Amino acid sequence: MDPMEAIRATFFQECEELLGDLEMGLLSLQDGNGDHETVNAVFRAVHSVKGGAGAFGLEDLVRFAHVFETTLDDVRSGKLAVDPDIVAVLLRAADALTDHVTAAKGGPPVDTVNAALIVSDLQQFTGVEALMEPADDGDDISFVPQMLALDLDETPQAILTPDNDWTIRFKPAAALYRNANDAILLIRELDRLGTTRVVVDQEVVPSLPDKVVTEPVLTWSVQLCADAAIGESQIRDVFEFVQGDCELHVFAGSVGAEEVASFDDPVLASPNAVGAESPEQLLDRLMREANVAAETETAAPTHRPVQPLAQSDVTSVTGNRPEALVQTTIRVDLERVDRLIDLVGELVINQAMLAQRVVEAGLARSSTIALGLDDLEQLTREIQDSVMAIRAQPVKSVFQRMPRLVREVAAATGKKVRLVTEGEGTEVDKTVIERLSDPITHMIRNAIDHGLESPDRRVAAGKAEEGTVRLSAQHRSGRIVIEVADDGRGIDRERVRAIAVDRGIVAADAILSDEEVDNLIFAPGFSTAEAISDISGRGVGMDVVKRSIQALGGRIVITSRPGEGSVFTLSLPLTLAVLDGMVVSVGDHTLVVPINVIVESLQPKAIDVRRLGPEGTVLAVRGSHVPLIDVAPSLGWASGNEGPAGGVTLLVESELGGLAALRVDAIQGQRQVVIKSLEQNYRQVEGVAAATILGDGRVALILDVDGLIASRKRTTARPLLQAQAS
Amino acid sequence: MTQAQTNVLNPQELIAFTIGEQEFCVDIRSVREIRGWTPATSLPQSPAYVRGVINLRGAVLPIIDLSCRLGLGTATPSARHVIIVARVGLRTVGLLVEAVSDILTVSDETIQATPDIACEVVRGFVKGVIPVDGRMISLIALDGLLPEVTVEEAA
Repeated sequence: MDPMEAIRATFFQECEELLGDLEMGLLSLQDGNGDHETVNAVFRAVHSVKGGAGAFGLEDLVRFAHVFETTLDDVRSGKLAVDPDIVAVLLRAADALTDHVTAAKGGPPVDTVNAALIVSDLQQFTGVEALMEPADDGDDISFVPQMLALDLDETPQAILTPDNDWTIRFKPAAALYRNANDAILLIRELDRLGTTRVVVDQEVVPSLPDKVVTEPVLTWSVQLCADAAIGESQIRDVFEFVQGDCELHVFAGSVGAEEVASFDDPVLASPNAVGAESPEQLLDRLMREANVAAETETAAPTHRPVQPLAQSDVTSVTGNRPEALVQTTIRVDLERVDRLIDLVGELVINQAMLAQRVVEAGLARSSTIALGLDDLEQLTREIQDSVMAIRAQPVKSVFQRMPRLVREVAAATGKKVRLVTEGEGTEVDKTVIERLSDPITHMIRNAIDHGLESPDRRVAAGKAEEGTVRLSAQHRSGRIVIEVADDGRGIDRERVRAIAVDRGIVAADAILSDEEVDNLIFAPGFSTAEAISDISGRGVGMDVVKRSIQALGGRIVITSRPGEGSVFTLSLPLTLAVLDGMVVSVGDHTLVVPINVIVESLQPKAIDVRRLGPEGTVLAVRGSHVPLIDVAPSLGWASGNEGPAGGVTLLVESELGGLAALRVDAIQGQRQVVIKSLEQNYRQVEGVAAATILGDGRVALILDVDGLIASRKRTTARPLLQAQAS
Repeated sequence: MTQAQTNVLNPQELIAFTIGEQEFCVDIRSVREIRGWTPATSLPQSPAYVRGVINLRGAVLPIIDLSCRLGLGTATPSARHVIIVARVGLRTVGLLVEAVSDILTVSDETIQATPDIACEVVRGFVKGVIPVDGRMISLIALDGLLPEVTVEEAA
């Protein structure tokens, strides 16, 4: 990638984060939780997007961001009050800004009509005519150091009260700056302790050609009139993190600048250390020297000495103090993490192999090798967990996209909707997160479109005009559970049933529990919307949602109370890299059946197995009959001699919620297996979901239960058995 | 090791191996490694020439019985058999052969066109033949070995 492209890519990456921050900030303003800092954060986000966009010449984006920024600036300065109206417009503007960024990235073009509308809405607040001039080059107020008065004519000691005075002399060493500390931050910190007067010893600033740029030369003298409770230790605490990186002297009482300057540094002993030259004059002198220096040196070295000087103007700091930012995250290429996860997976397999070999070698459990291996196992498990944790991400990234969706769907349906999100910090594997977005989007659309009533109907039913959709995530027994709940009308069971009968999904006389009726909406070919609306009817029904969830090893159920609303509950494994499986033998083969589909395992009596038709067999399980599938012949392998009644039967739940019985020869046990793709080097195999590697180093196949059942139906072309759950 | 020709133009290095009586070779650049035979896990619903899959340091590697694929009868693998791990397109596959015999360096000109015989398998997989020390070694094209075409037909 050429460097410009790389920078551009980084810019868009940052944009995504900034836009996320922007929306979060606006949402907290909407909820009334925002304060001045929130407004600032929102402003900064838009401003940074604008600044970056300007650098890349993204004119449209800059223009829009500029208008947006202008309005936000008025909000920030207090000219505009934060009220629901303005926040609503700001939210729409944030959506439009996202569109602009997407368009700039090469996505679909911006809806210009909508954008123009938002621009005029924004300008209506500011009362400014269309601002079409290109934005300034980014030197903006938020980056200008706060200018504060430094009265050099007054001698410092004159204004200090004698009560709790301290004099701090502070000379940073190069190491301080190298460690990303800054004198200004420390001085601000001091200012929190009371009233300060800061004097910089300008005399020692050498002329630029002589300057050793890597060595800081400035010394600050701070006269601190501290609050009553402040003692020397608090003052020294300020410098805790720069201990050893600076010369520091703290004295009780106020000392004249001359005295301060003459403590121990002979260079500073000049009686005219302070006040001999005004900052302006000093700056002037430096600028002149800089011009000379520029001819002999590169311009870069001038930067360093001038900067601390500019900051020395800031004597008593007021207003917002930006906290020192600590870098706590790093960006890592996902491929590297995936590689690490692969390797750890292999380590786990290898360790299991080693353990098996030790057992085979007949070594005692108490032998040092076996004990060492136990420790190794502990470690590998910990490594595996930690590596998995790297890929784990909060579901926030998905949840963040939902407010916009809710606004759009609410606007399209004319309903009033409030979205409440809970548990945004719940972490789950990145691969799972990526595939969560579509099902959640669909469920939320569904909840608003079908679940919530129109405002007048809600009022008529005695509910608040505004409907609530609650999106929550939590960890529950090693899985992530996501709920989408609405307080709407609930499922109209009569209608659902009528439609299901109409579409031939259930028999007209079938006896179904309420729960079974509710879950009919997941049946293929079922869609309750009479007219397929733009909102829910995008060609995907709830059956597709259910299938995509099941493909992830998850389950989805709906519970509903008429008049009170419905809850979709989605449960997913935390990772797609490992799976809990039942290891079974089929003939000479070893297979893994995912635990999440197994309902129970049983050893049927011969009398419970009944023939149905030429080759079908069903198994009687406590009064109901489920199709019995012999796994070996289904996969094209030789069946055991014991016949269908022999071996063990696993009762599994299939895609449609129906039950089936799988006959296998024996159950070996339950274990967690690392999922390996078959497609990577080969192709998908019917009846096989993936592969894994067992402790003996051999590959075992993971059974695709739904695929197996479906393929049987196809090959035998039998009429669909209405396998009714008991 | 036979150095078939030295100082050739466009030299190509080929790995030669035997299946039954016949000798074959593949481009060395597509070969990743050569390893001993380990029992494979058989795959359901797969062509007869797909022996199954093995674990190659954590990756699942399909094993193609080259003898069966070339219509020379199914191999009965023994400890003597080897697997040539080769890269085909974006995939890595294992080729089950009897033994690796040689590394050849040949120029483009030495590779002769496949003699026009009726056998479809030969026309499909043999890119050319190389005469070496009075023997004939067939150069195999790896691209067609995987059962992709069969899959698409079945689907």
